[in-house]
Amino acid sequence: MTTGYDEATEGKVYSVGGADWDDVVTAGVRDSEAERLVVNMGPQHPSTHGVLRLVLTLDGETVTEARGVIGYLHTGIEKNMEYRTWTQGTTFVTRMDYLSPIFNETAYCLGVEKLLGIEDRIPDRAQAIRVMMMELNRISSHLVAMGTFGMELGATTPFLFGYRDREMIMDLFEYITGLRMNHAYIRPGGVSVDLPAGAVDKVGEFLKEMPKRIKDIRKLLDANPVYLSRTRDVAYLDLTGCMALGITGPILRASGLPWDLRKSQPYCGYETYEFEVATERGCDVYSRYLVRMREMEESLKIVEQALDRIAGPLKGDPVMIEDKKIGWPAQLALGPDGLGNSPDHIAHIMGSSMEALIHHFKLVTEGFRVPAGQAYASIESPKGELGAHVVSDGGTRPYRVHFREPSFCNLQGFPAMAEGGQVADVIAAVASIDPVMGGVDR
Amino acid sequence: MTSPDNLPEVPGAEVPAAPEVPEAPIARRGMFGAADHGDTSGYGGLVVRRAPQLSSPRPYGGYFDEIVDSLALDDAVERVVVDRGELTLHVKRERLLEVAQKLRDDPALRFELSLGVSGVHYPHLAGEELRAVYHLCSITHNRRVRVEVSCPDSDPHIPSTVGVYPGHDWHERETYDFFGIVFDGHPALTRIMMPDDWDGHPQRKDYPLGGIPVEYRGATVPAPDSRRSYA
Repeated sequence: MTTGYDEATEGKVYSVGGADWDDVVTAGVRDSEAERLVVNMGPQHPSTHGVLRLVLTLDGETVTEARGVIGYLHTGIEKNMEYRTWTQGTTFVTRMDYLSPIFNETAYCLGVEKLLGIEDRIPDRAQAIRVMMMELNRISSHLVAMGTFGMELGATTPFLFGYRDREMIMDLFEYITGLRMNHAYIRPGGVSVDLPAGAVDKVGEFLKEMPKRIKDIRKLLDANPVYLSRTRDVAYLDLTGCMALGITGPILRASGLPWDLRKSQPYCGYETYEFEVATERGCDVYSRYLVRMREMEESLKIVEQALDRIAGPLKGDPVMIEDKKIGWPAQLALGPDGLGNSPDHIAHIMGSSMEALIHHFKLVTEGFRVPAGQAYASIESPKGELGAHVVSDGGTRPYRVHFREPSFCNLQGFPAMAEGGQVADVIAAVASIDPVMGGVDR
Repeated sequence: MTSPDNLPEVPGAEVPAAPEVPEAPIARRGMFGAADHGDTSGYGGLVVRRAPQLSSPRPYGGYFDEIVDSLALDDAVERVVVDRGELTLHVKRERLLEVAQKLRDDPALRFELSLGVSGVHYPHLAGEELRAVYHLCSITHNRRVRVEVSCPDSDPHIPSTVGVYPGHDWHERETYDFFGIVFDGHPALTRIMMPDDWDGHPQRKDYPLGGIPVEYRGATVPAPDSRRSYA
């Protein structure tokens, strides 16, 4: 049961393999003089949201010290991007926070567009599609947050409801982008492909169905006495704490500050949409839950407005910047065998224009050049401020891309929420942060 | 071909001398790395220069002048750059804490929210190879500013700002892990992403990406870091 440690300094070490808790308790803890117990929770644990490791020092049932250990899912996305073109970067960033891929792509593309100085030339239709996709993604991300949250506190129905409803959004994403996740749909200059025929109707059906589904989840949790006792006044973090630790998103809004980049520093035309910023004053897990539920309802309003524009005044407009040096020449089309160049475009470059072929080849293999400099673009992702610090040396590849990942920053607030509380509330604290380790570790 | 003696004479007008612009160092000559023998690409005479170091003159425009005036630490700020609608203050590293504290606490500045630390490695800039970049946001005034601090590769030390912005804890560990910048005064500067016994700092430009060539249907696709670069 013990080896490899200096027991004189570390104290007695027990390794727990599975169902042998009884042995551990009888053999060690009850007979031991020491009252301090250090528990290693994770990196493989069903309720730590992926490969997150928590080191908890316990005094009885009370957590006296809590530390998060990360890095188990580090994949070197930022380094890899330095060896690919600017456009290829979207396929990397979409894999960071895999529950909100559209946001990752948009933050990165806004950064690249800022460096290129083309923010004003992005077509309105592309911006409206971006907004619609982002808000759909916000709903799906919050549904996972709420669903897994319920399950971690012992309620399986919210989990099933959350994943069932998220499936509708996954289906929409698959229909529009060709993929359920990792879309690489938002590109520098616009979006990769226009909405396919029938997409507007499908989103319209979703808008009719979704409010009922949100109500169902609310019925399950809003006034559930068990849920309330597990979440009220748990993992308290007030505005001062949020500010000091750089925490943004639903956690910040649950402490009473209506700080939402969509309102305060709008991008992608958010200033033209009508919606409200959800805030609560409880600073606890329950308030964060309420903020997320309200945000889903507000997101539906935005999707509806964006859809009206896409189907109405912006119908038939381009979805990629009309700059042949940046926008890919291909009109991508969703064929029976997947997403690819449209047959018309293939016929054009292969059959009628040598120059078009050269242009296509150069832009796709070499990529476009981005003037030297640095830019920071930030958006309001479901988890908080997602920022992209993009540096160019004037070449066809990013010189350096750094992401200010909200999960990474918010997870730092975990000790402040968990210390002094019960060990069972650690789960609630982590779940209310809603960290996605793919984003934390990148 | 024009020479001064065949230009038309302009009476009474003195031709002003062109302002001397120091030419940025050459980054690369030619293309495709063909230097040893005849370059048939037509790019043999190409000279690619590095982007020049910017330094913006006043007025900076918008609220940027107000920020620099309120900061009033001109001797701590080496350069002010306004580029793409963003204000960057290049701060001397020994004055960083003072600047950060004032940026956070001065009522006219109030950059209470820090968005973390990002590192950049510029191996060609002798004496200021490593950069730590701080993005700050003022919720009170709804403004943003970027603070940039440099340190030489031979002495990679920058004072830690954890005391001013506690949220910088993990960010500075990340920047240390990836770039080897030592943040003096950090409470526990250890690796955060890479394993504790890892050698080297992966985001530095002299650290190879790695990777292996992939064979596909008889052809070999080289590893990403050895593919042709058009930079």
